[in-house]
Amino acid sequence: MLFGITPASWLQLALYMLVLTAVAVPLGLYMARVLSGERNLLTPILAPVEKLIYGACNVRPEQEMTWKDYATAVILFSLGGFILLFSLLLAQGSIPPNPQNLPGLTPDLAFNTAVSFVTNTNWQSYGGETTLSYFSQMAGLTVQNFVSAAVGIAVLTALIRGLSRHSSDRLATDKLGNFWVDMVRVNLYILLPLSLILAVLLASQGVIQTLEPYVVAKTLEGADQTIALGPVASQEAIKMLGTNGGGFFNTNSSHPFENPTPFSNFIEMISILIIPAALCFTFGRMIGDKRQGIAIFAAMTLVFVPMTIACIGLEQAGNPHLIAAGADAAGGNMEGKETRFGIANSAIWAAATTAASNGSVNSMHDSFTPLGGAIPMLLMKFGEVIYGGAGSGLYGMLIFVILTVFIAGLMVGRSPEYLGKKIGAFEIKMASIAVLFPSAPVLICTAAAVLTAPGQAGLYNPGPQGFSEALYAFTSAANNNGSAFAGLGANNPFYNSLLGLCMLFGRFFVLLPVLAIAGSLAAKKTVPASAGTLPTHTPLFVVVLIGTIVLVGVLTYAPALALGPVIEHLNMIKG
Amino acid sequence: MSTTVKSKSDLMSAVLQAFARLDPRYQVRNPVMFLVWVGSVITTVILTVMLADPGNIIGGGQPVWFVGLICFWLWFTLLFANFAEAMAEGRGKAQADSLKKARRDVPAKKLDKSKNQTVVAATSLRKGDVVRIEAGDVVPADGQVIEGIASVDESAITGESAPVIRESGGDRDAVTGGTRVLSDWVIVRVTADPGESFLDKMIGLVESAKRQKTPNEIALSILLAALTLVFLLATATLLPFSLFSVERAGSGSVITITVLIALLVCLIPTTIGGLLSAIGISGMQRLIRANVIATSGRAVEAAGDINVLLLDKTGTITFGNRQAVEFVPVLNVSAQQLAEAAELSSLADETPEGRSIVALARGQFGLPERKAEDVEATFIPFSAEQRVSGVVINERHIMKGAGDAISGLINLKGGLVPPEAKTAIDDIARKGGTPLMVAEGPKVLGVIHLKDIVKPDIKARLAELRRMGIKSVMITGDNPLTAAAIASEAGVDDFVAQATPETKLKYIRKMQEGGEMVAMVGDGTNDAPALAQSDVAVAMNSGTQAAKEAGNMVDLDSDPTKLIEIVEIGKQLLMTRGALTTFSIANDLAKYFAIIPAAFATTFPALGLLNIMGLSSPQSAILAAVIFNALIIIALIPLALKGVKYRAEPASTLLTRHALIYGLGGIVTPFIGIKIIDMGLTMVGLV
Repeated sequence: MLFGITPASWLQLALYMLVLTAVAVPLGLYMARVLSGERNLLTPILAPVEKLIYGACNVRPEQEMTWKDYATAVILFSLGGFILLFSLLLAQGSIPPNPQNLPGLTPDLAFNTAVSFVTNTNWQSYGGETTLSYFSQMAGLTVQNFVSAAVGIAVLTALIRGLSRHSSDRLATDKLGNFWVDMVRVNLYILLPLSLILAVLLASQGVIQTLEPYVVAKTLEGADQTIALGPVASQEAIKMLGTNGGGFFNTNSSHPFENPTPFSNFIEMISILIIPAALCFTFGRMIGDKRQGIAIFAAMTLVFVPMTIACIGLEQAGNPHLIAAGADAAGGNMEGKETRFGIANSAIWAAATTAASNGSVNSMHDSFTPLGGAIPMLLMKFGEVIYGGAGSGLYGMLIFVILTVFIAGLMVGRSPEYLGKKIGAFEIKMASIAVLFPSAPVLICTAAAVLTAPGQAGLYNPGPQGFSEALYAFTSAANNNGSAFAGLGANNPFYNSLLGLCMLFGRFFVLLPVLAIAGSLAAKKTVPASAGTLPTHTPLFVVVLIGTIVLVGVLTYAPALALGPVIEHLNMIKG
Repeated sequence: MSTTVKSKSDLMSAVLQAFARLDPRYQVRNPVMFLVWVGSVITTVILTVMLADPGNIIGGGQPVWFVGLICFWLWFTLLFANFAEAMAEGRGKAQADSLKKARRDVPAKKLDKSKNQTVVAATSLRKGDVVRIEAGDVVPADGQVIEGIASVDESAITGESAPVIRESGGDRDAVTGGTRVLSDWVIVRVTADPGESFLDKMIGLVESAKRQKTPNEIALSILLAALTLVFLLATATLLPFSLFSVERAGSGSVITITVLIALLVCLIPTTIGGLLSAIGISGMQRLIRANVIATSGRAVEAAGDINVLLLDKTGTITFGNRQAVEFVPVLNVSAQQLAEAAELSSLADETPEGRSIVALARGQFGLPERKAEDVEATFIPFSAEQRVSGVVINERHIMKGAGDAISGLINLKGGLVPPEAKTAIDDIARKGGTPLMVAEGPKVLGVIHLKDIVKPDIKARLAELRRMGIKSVMITGDNPLTAAAIASEAGVDDFVAQATPETKLKYIRKMQEGGEMVAMVGDGTNDAPALAQSDVAVAMNSGTQAAKEAGNMVDLDSDPTKLIEIVEIGKQLLMTRGALTTFSIANDLAKYFAIIPAAFATTFPALGLLNIMGLSSPQSAILAAVIFNALIIIALIPLALKGVKYRAEPASTLLTRHALIYGLGGIVTPFIGIKIIDMGLTMVGLV
């Protein structure tokens, strides 16, 4: 019972990390081939399709874009996606299939939901089965589940190109690739095949896939019970893989139709982190130095594992007062957790889903112990870079690497450089915006929520817990995570619009600086390494990188955390 | 440069400066410190209101003495930062003053086209004017000697009291305004307009009036400003959070403005923010103390980044004077014949090599003493392009020069180079010597063996460079064989043999295209193109005006190995900034532990568990953090002025040490410091 954690839980965590790494390495190398346009496993089947798409869309794959062109394409694509989804949600009442005749959404909810899915956040102010038609789920949300994840991976690819290209290359130096080509390749070669495999696996476990109307059953008491159905398996797969997390049902992955068995739970947990983790290895191969990718994977893992252990430990310790009162089983804090999964699998899920910007849940984070619930919050506050979102996690992490290289580079007496690229004032300016500024909407909106009447009305709990609920929601939105602490009445114009703005801010104030950095770095020469160069693949660098991430996260949010989870915990242990 | 340290008056003027710089127009240039300034003003307003009405709501129930002390220490935080900057500048003041004395207006003897002399004021001289300077005169402006030779006292600039020789033609033709001619006379063409002279640049540098921010400094300032903004937000939102908490908890009082400002000032990176400009100024001054004048801070910073260093072989790696040690004649020529021809051709050759050939010939074969003026001959001076010198005397045409250069001329004249000459050249070259071929007309007479002597300490210095990650490249006019032998003896990483100004330039360009940062040391006019192309170019003060103009630094000691020191200073500059930034940010952890429990003591007494330092009361905790934050600036002034010590070690070793000292140390130190201050405050019964 090391750290108060049962041997079974240790085994569970070890197995999880082992399988994750074992799948991430080959997948990462495969994705590297896809993103560099090399021949790969699926080329024989998919290359003709790819060509067809380029022909139909009038895309010239060899035509590369500058960072500004690339950014414009990203913005136009996201804007187009938003308008389409927004109108669809408003008008869903009259679009079949809609067997339950669900009406169109209110404008504020439609705005919030459209922004949420376009920014790969998947914050849900609504309950899926009572709000959205089958058509909205399939043609609206699922489409964005694919393409919003692909946008993240495409932007990451552009950044990798910026880091690995230099002026002596054959290619023009200010070019970062073609956004449309990257989007097609990511969807066609990566997201679609993986989703297909996962959907079939999930269906085999009993995840439903149907367009039939909801079933009405008579309960033993004689009451009518409506059992919601839907095309779940197909949406579940990309929801997990694309770090989306928006559940088909309100209760997300704790619903038996979304997540029926321990095996389905395990593969869903793996798929939360698999693409973000694998992208580290993609990065290593694409820049031609696998050690760099391994170092970043190590840094992420070294934050993730201890945090997960802490979360399991805190949940297994439970609430001392309830235990003393005999209200809690010896198993620890089981409130809000599925008995099918238990504490370990709920805690690993909670850590994984907030480390990655997934946001799906299989337990109620609001019911975690104060510090147990602070761990998912802290993982989001680190800026969603511990694996993080699909593509966005690694590009966020690389921004932290650039900041770390800057400070560490100064400390060894050399103008900072990463992978041979000098880090100058422009890169630092952009990196500062990307790393430090997403905290602004979190703090400002939380302040607005606790000060104003409509904000306070949404807080269901008094005192520090209510504060935590608001803080968690805005943290989740601004970091494009989408997981909810719950206990917050968010479906009203106040929260819908503020959260929507947070999501937009958190997505584009990171994504655009990242592209700017990519463009600036692409045009720079690559300085050959020498004895004076700071190596960025060593354990030492990994430690310094982790220190930077943790320090930035903690220093920004320490006062807020103290007033929420920390004081609640202290009150709890004090009694 | 001799600096008379009048420490007491220096200190006094730094203190006065510190107060004068509280002017907001001055503070606004530094966003971190400006925020402290704003905070200080606000607390002063609160204090004033409370003095009139102790119960005023603006005080939030804090006692007047507490607000007063916070206010007092906030102003001191600013004063300490100002003081650091003034101290750094003050150290250069004395130098600037003595330089200014040298700049005083002097009469100049201006010559017109027909060499008529008129006395004018030095300040009226313009570029292109010609002046005559005689013994006892102060040189009125920077210029190039076009006629004559004189000994000059340059101590006003270099601090070196031994006079130097300045003469026309050659590598010692530059004179600097403000120096004094001791003997003889020179005619000088003025090369700088008033206000742009070397002396003016130097004064500007030591006074830091023209100090521009370097690229890394700009990047760091941006990062610090962004951090400051985030901390501003984190503290500002605490007010609504606190309002909400008090309302929901139903107990305690809302956090006061005074405490919020105290927290903000503690969190924002005031340590590095307050010392940043002092670090930059003192870096430049370390350079000046090393007797190097840089035209920009950018060049100093770049020096820390160089990874290729081009060194002239002669004078840097080897002693300048190669000695002739042997005459190797070809078949059918006697050693004496060769020696005579060599002596004749070297009569006008004033280089140490030329003199050593004459001496060896006379010593071995008893040739009579004679001077160049004594013989009726036309001497052909050495040219860098042809790499041959010689003499024409009574139809005899004797040439000497590098093997391939002479061979080329022989071939042109239809002659043949005998195989034994080639063998001799290769033999000498392989031994690391310099072979000099002597020919008369189309006929080769033989080869002179010049011996190069590698400086004893150069190998160690080059090894030190290698540990810094800098590749050394030897530049020499020698043939590849000779160059290779000396290169291996001295331990350079690479060499460029038979270098001409063009090959040097090409080599530098090739390196730069590969992403290398190239530094070069040079003194001659033919070095100027390569110097201009290099990222860091150090010209010798003894060198020509052209070289000094092309370089971005001038070494007053004319010491070619000075570059190692310059690199260290550049690296120190960056390291000091990096170390203090890390320290400054790492400090925040302890400050949170001190202030957060104290600030919410009434609302959430349970937060007292976070008071792990066991600080005696909320007020003393906050006060201790603010006082620590101010005092640490004073405590770190010596480090900022002296710089973090650089050791030639791999980057990883440096990072480990500095991350431990300034990162981990930065986390631990304030816990101890704040506790001690708190104990002190309790002891004097203040809280």
